[in-house]
Amino acid sequence: MRQSSVLLVGLAIAGVVAPLSGLYPLFLMKCLAFALFAAAFNFFTGYVGLLSIGHAAFFGMGAYVTGHAAKIWGFPTELALATSLGAGAVLGLVIGGMAIRRQGIYFAMITLAMAQMIYFFCVQAPFTGAEDGLQRIPRGTLLGVFDLGNDMALYGVVLVLALAAVWALQRIMEAPFGHVLLAIRDNEARAISLGYDVKSYKLAAFVLSAAVAGLAGGLKALTLGLASLPDVHWTQSGAVILMCLLGGLGTPLGPIIGAILVVTLEGKLASMGAVQIGPLAIDFSTKVPIVIGLIFMCCVLLFRKGIVGEFIAAVERQSAQRRNGRPA
Amino acid sequence: MLDRNASALALDSATAAARADTVLEARGLKKEFHGFVAVAGVDLSVRRGSIHALIGPNGAGKTTVFNLLTRFIAPTAGRINFEGEDITSELPAALARRGIVRSFQISAIFPHLSVHENIRIALQQRIVSPLRFWGGGEAVSKLEPRTSDVLEQFELENVAHLRAGELAYGQKRTLELATTVATDPKLMLLDEPTQGLGHEDVDRITDLIKRVAAGRTVLMVEHNMRMVARIADRISVLRRGEKIAEGSYDEVSVDPQVVEAYLGSRARRREQTP
Ligand SMILES: Nc1ncnc2c1ncn2[C@@H]1O[C@H](COP(=O)(O)OP(=O)(O)O)[C@@H](O)[C@H]1O
Ligand SMILES: [Mg+2]
Repeated sequence: MRQSSVLLVGLAIAGVVAPLSGLYPLFLMKCLAFALFAAAFNFFTGYVGLLSIGHAAFFGMGAYVTGHAAKIWGFPTELALATSLGAGAVLGLVIGGMAIRRQGIYFAMITLAMAQMIYFFCVQAPFTGAEDGLQRIPRGTLLGVFDLGNDMALYGVVLVLALAAVWALQRIMEAPFGHVLLAIRDNEARAISLGYDVKSYKLAAFVLSAAVAGLAGGLKALTLGLASLPDVHWTQSGAVILMCLLGGLGTPLGPIIGAILVVTLEGKLASMGAVQIGPLAIDFSTKVPIVIGLIFMCCVLLFRKGIVGEFIAAVERQSAQRRNGRPA
Repeated sequence: MLDRNASALALDSATAAARADTVLEARGLKKEFHGFVAVAGVDLSVRRGSIHALIGPNGAGKTTVFNLLTRFIAPTAGRINFEGEDITSELPAALARRGIVRSFQISAIFPHLSVHENIRIALQQRIVSPLRFWGGGEAVSKLEPRTSDVLEQFELENVAHLRAGELAYGQKRTLELATTVATDPKLMLLDEPTQGLGHEDVDRITDLIKRVAAGRTVLMVEHNMRMVARIADRISVLRRGEKIAEGSYDEVSVDPQVVEAYLGSRARRREQTP
């Protein structure tokens, strides 16, 4: 069986079981939106090997566009979500088109700079609602029939869309196109010398990644009924990097696990309030960035491959030992 | 007036006939790195169907010439013709699609892909495109027989499912040659294909190159003189960015400048290592 099929079936089972086990649909939808965001980021940075520090631009714009389309233009929900996909793709083409010729840190810096420009645009532009953001975004109906005001109904839609997108990304990696991306990551000069236009391949991957990140933003806006400046802020780009590093960059499942962990942790910290540790009273709800930053450091220092990456490495070590018939 | 036109025409057809024999022609090829002249106006003609060797001491500019010919770096001056067309300003991937495929002195494999995948990547270039990100698996699976052929031809069947990075050094170099040949190039540029190999592997790779050179043209950088003597039809010698001699092995090996260049550099090396 293909890895993409295994991933789809596994996640579908988890997605059905989770709400039955008593977890709140709203929390689960937030997890799904960020898991999709992380999967989109991983599709580019994990498989192409270039660090983007600008993915918040796609996520945030996706959220704004969906919010605006649903609230102001009165678009049906399906169409409002489709616009977030389109907005991500267009923005990806523009930013990617400028950055893709660069290597390493220069690529990262250009994505960051462009994303900052998008952020300041959002601060100024009238349609984003400035500091207030777009609030009370209507969820609408599915195909004009099913009312999505019900959390469980919306959860069903978000789950299906997120799974479809995650599956599609993995399927692309299993297609010849994905093999070319891995080859480019492995030895770019050789890929060129075999006749591949590596810049076009990288740009295509960037646009796909940006489109799906936009969709993730759209799902988030619909779920929480809110699109606001933190969605486009550079810390959101940092958060998605953390999710992927924590779970395992360049693995299909890692980013999803990483996203769920970070969303859960943020929720827990925010609800913890002040905690008395010895003589210190620490209000964790205001210390989320510090805790996340510490986790980030541990990640980089202790398990560089992330949870799923370290697991795969351990399994490979085991099987290598068995093959060689001796302990390491 | 009429006369002059006629003689110009006669001259044109004569050079055209000579050109038909020449696959690749470089004129006045020059490369400066921040004022340091690595290649100083080299002319090079590679005859169709030949094995042409480019030799010279370390740092002579051989790899740089390869980089210029395949447009991995832009020349400071000079022009390059391939099959009569000016390709001086073309992109490297486009040159590969025209049939000029190179290998690298350091490494030309995809270490994290399997041997099988390495060859398939070389073969599938013609049928995938950046816009065709969905599907395409069926078209590529039709390449399976061709992939097996290549594996067999290069005796890599037994390691087909290993990661290329896990291969023994000699097998890595074989795989490089295999993927280069798999693209069915008109002109292969091989940068030191036997560098770092033991005697047996050198002989094996030499035989392979001779075999796959049938019906193609090969331009190679090589240090192993025994191998060059065995298979090269024509040899160009570079020293400090300039071409100092050209001809068959017998001609070149007795050229005083060549002897001086080689003995000179060897003598200098001996001085450096007490
Ligand atoms: N990218 C570069 N920047 C600066 N100098 C270079 C570069 N590439 C090659 N050189 C210099 O050009 C000279 C020729 O190098 P090279 O073509 O690699 O020699 P060869 O392959 O004949 O051993 C060397 O002195 C090398 O240091
Ligand atoms: Mg060299």
